[in-house]
Amino acid sequence: MEEKKKDWPPYAPGTHLRESDIRDKKITYTWWEPEVQYAWSLGPAMSKFLKGLKEGKIYGIHCKRCKRIITPPRMFCEYCYGPTEEWVDLPDTGIIETFSISYLDPDARRIEDPILVGVVDLDGTPPHHGFMHYFGEMTKDEIKIGMKVKAVWKPENEREGSITDIKYFKPYKGGGD
Amino acid sequence: MSRKVCVIGIGHTDFNSITPGMEWKEIMYEACQKAYVDAGVNPRKDIGSFITCAEDYWEGFSIFDEFVPDQVGALLRPCCTVCGDGLYGLGNAYMQIMTGYFDMVAVEAHSKISDLLTYGDIMLHAFDPRFERPVSGPVERPKYGGSPEYPSESPKPLVGRSSEKERVHPYFLAGLEMQHYLKTTANTEEQCAKVVVKNKKNAFFNPYADYELNVSIDDVMMSEYLFKPMKKLDISPNVDGAVCFVLADDKTAKSLGIEPIYLSGFGWSSETPWISTRGMDALYAKNAAKMAYKMANIKEPKREIDVLEVDDRFSFKELQHIEALGFARPGEAGKLVDEGVLEIGGSLPTNTSGGSLGVGNCIEATGMQKALEIITQLRGHAAKRQVKDAETGLAQSWRGIPSGSGAVAIFKRG
Amino acid sequence: MKEVAVIGAGMTLFRRHLKETGKELSFLATKMAMEDAGIQKDDIDMVVMGSAPDAFDGIHMKGENLLDGAAATNKPYVRVFNGGGTGVFAPIAGWWHVASGVADVCLVVCEEKMGNCYPHPQTAFRHIWDPILDRPLNPNLVWLFAMEMNRYMTVHNIKKEDIALVSVKNKRNAVGHPSAQLADPNITVEDVLNSEVMAWPVQRLDISPPSDGAAALIFCNKDVVHKFTDDPIYVAGTGWSIDSTMWTNRDLYFPRYVAQAAKMAYKKAGILNPPKDIDFAEPYDPFDYKELHHMEGLLLCKKGEAPILTREGVTQRDGDLPICPSGGLLGVGNPIAATMGQKVCELYWQLAGKAGKRQIPGDPRVGVGQAWGDIMQMATVMVLRRG
Repeated sequence: MEEKKKDWPPYAPGTHLRESDIRDKKITYTWWEPEVQYAWSLGPAMSKFLKGLKEGKIYGIHCKRCKRIITPPRMFCEYCYGPTEEWVDLPDTGIIETFSISYLDPDARRIEDPILVGVVDLDGTPPHHGFMHYFGEMTKDEIKIGMKVKAVWKPENEREGSITDIKYFKPYKGGGD
Repeated sequence: MSRKVCVIGIGHTDFNSITPGMEWKEIMYEACQKAYVDAGVNPRKDIGSFITCAEDYWEGFSIFDEFVPDQVGALLRPCCTVCGDGLYGLGNAYMQIMTGYFDMVAVEAHSKISDLLTYGDIMLHAFDPRFERPVSGPVERPKYGGSPEYPSESPKPLVGRSSEKERVHPYFLAGLEMQHYLKTTANTEEQCAKVVVKNKKNAFFNPYADYELNVSIDDVMMSEYLFKPMKKLDISPNVDGAVCFVLADDKTAKSLGIEPIYLSGFGWSSETPWISTRGMDALYAKNAAKMAYKMANIKEPKREIDVLEVDDRFSFKELQHIEALGFARPGEAGKLVDEGVLEIGGSLPTNTSGGSLGVGNCIEATGMQKALEIITQLRGHAAKRQVKDAETGLAQSWRGIPSGSGAVAIFKRG
Repeated sequence: MKEVAVIGAGMTLFRRHLKETGKELSFLATKMAMEDAGIQKDDIDMVVMGSAPDAFDGIHMKGENLLDGAAATNKPYVRVFNGGGTGVFAPIAGWWHVASGVADVCLVVCEEKMGNCYPHPQTAFRHIWDPILDRPLNPNLVWLFAMEMNRYMTVHNIKKEDIALVSVKNKRNAVGHPSAQLADPNITVEDVLNSEVMAWPVQRLDISPPSDGAAALIFCNKDVVHKFTDDPIYVAGTGWSIDSTMWTNRDLYFPRYVAQAAKMAYKKAGILNPPKDIDFAEPYDPFDYKELHHMEGLLLCKKGEAPILTREGVTQRDGDLPICPSGGLLGVGNPIAATMGQKVCELYWQLAGKAGKRQIPGDPRVGVGQAWGDIMQMATVMVLRRG
């Protein structure tokens, strides 16, 4: 057997390029924009959920075996693998499960005014069950895990049947607002 | 090591050209539920590992593996995605069981291709971007919206910006191959047409097939040339559907009281990805079959295989694959068609389910659909399309344009 | 089941942009691994490719495109894909090819060309989100990590300073790694805490960069390993597990799927007391807090204890439980699947005594590598043992 090399890897092959090499056309490259378009069918669970959002409601679905109300709803429960049944009207309040204060927009570009985003643990569901959404009417210094929040809806004529029919969740003291 | 792997449960959805009433998760759930009920197992307790076969761009997600576990029953279980046809999944499941780590593995593959609006363009996206894509000619642009916007600081490309040109539908590659295949063998366009007639007729006996059609050879020969010499009826239209198998080792199968159908051999192989240096005689099928025959200890495939399901997403492919798998000498598969050998009542029934021409092109689930037919035949449940006394069957698939990869699986009744 | 040994490994340079194409990177890494093992292309029975989203390379079915660089022409070849978990999952797939008895020698190649995606690979990450529930909100991937980091910090009351120590440790560890993209011998906690806030609590120096790169690994059957080496490094155990797609229906403070995968691997490896039985670990560290998160998931310490061990220097290269001696993703780079180079290849190099400047002192015998992927879901774990 040949002598095995020590201090391996002694080298790492590869040619480093800089962003400027590409921008200033110092290297040859080819460019392609694919046409990528999808229209996903929603199925019964998501369709009803989005329809509910259009009506200003948040739906959950009940898995009787696991005794939990799930939202976002689905036709089967992933824990017991059985079908879910019974649609439930959930309140549009909850607590902040976690959040982030983002200075980046979706394309990783810097923004001055941060976006407050996080997960809302909805009332009426087991702990840690909710969905992601924006937070508003609060500053980055006020936002806290465990804060009570309530949904702020778009006006009825502007709702489309999308998660964005809720504009954001705002702080909520509880009882009448 | 006398451990063997067998199929203990199968499940599938209906195959339809569109499935607007269901999400991709729901068709997967349906197929998996049916397989688990067929096997009499609880996926949350009995199944050790789960494999799904999918490619991101067909589904529309950057990491499709994320959207798999819940609907197959794999929450907090070993689960993975194999980027390949369903038969690759079966082969990997076989290997997982043979390691002894798992006694039962579920494999799922599906097609929800109707969700993808720009099928041709995505298939073109699989061509090598440097040498093969730029020469792909013109195609009709889908009218669903404009090109994505790019920020103004993006560099001006050196090669002509592709969105200014029109692009060709990548099926031209199959037309090219058909041209070459017919020229170099004694097979004819009419014989390819006979394959279409046979498969679409077989599909009438298959309750889940979507493209059954009573056509004559003349109808096929007169159908429009789309990629000459390939005509419209030579091409399988796309279809949605899902298939799930449950595999287990033979001891587990016996303890469940299930008559085992063994996965006695499998193989896969990939030719060079360079289209220009690749041969056009399905070498991938030849190599995959070699590996499978060795594993299954099959010395004379013509004699030992009772029923065959080969990839026929383009009609000439059925003939090409039959030759590559060793069932006919090169150039002589057409004779088998003429003599009726490949019919359900013939001595080598091929694509009794209707194949992709009759069922529809199920993209990555093609191999599983073919395996599904073989298992159905071996179980004796194929009703009007049953092949008498089928004991050993072979399913073969190809990964489609522009790949030179394919897999083979051989099943044997216990 | 056959016992499986690692006989060779290779890794290319990791940089934000490399000139080589995906095929060429695969070739370079494969060639290095083959030279290390002393084998030729014909000795390889089967090939496994690991590569993460096709959207980065810009090629659909990119496994097909890369196969010639991965020495797989006219061979059985398959691509596996588990998002970020591919870095350890591809070796696991390679392992089962050999352990099942189907192959004697299996090559595993992992390649990534994130630089192809324009203007920034982040754009491809827009499509990992659920199209109905998440995408309409235009999320950025960093938000997800920031939310998990926040939850982890809040539940255990961890200070940012302790998390920043991980970034400092790894970037310093990476000095002397030939492939390293972001090695920095002088980085301090202040540098990390003063770096630009991306999505609080995540700051720029908390994140590993996107990279191009490739790595390769060669497995062989114990029955034939004597042909290649006298001191084989064996795969002692493998485990993998995935959690629910619905990440908003789980508490993110503890990665229970990592614990599941680790338990599966440790059971096979006969590891009863992980902090004692394991000599060093390479958990996945795309963000600094992830190293801590995963240390706890790998059961190397109690929940919430990982920052304390870091602060006390236990996880330094010369500590009692070296963590990420390679420099991890934070120091070397993050070409998603090719991180196999820092995770499993590094285990091999350390156990075989080939880690050069990064070699852990003492006589490490057991190492565990872990990768993490999908949407806070997937864990893949591999344990390697010398002799």
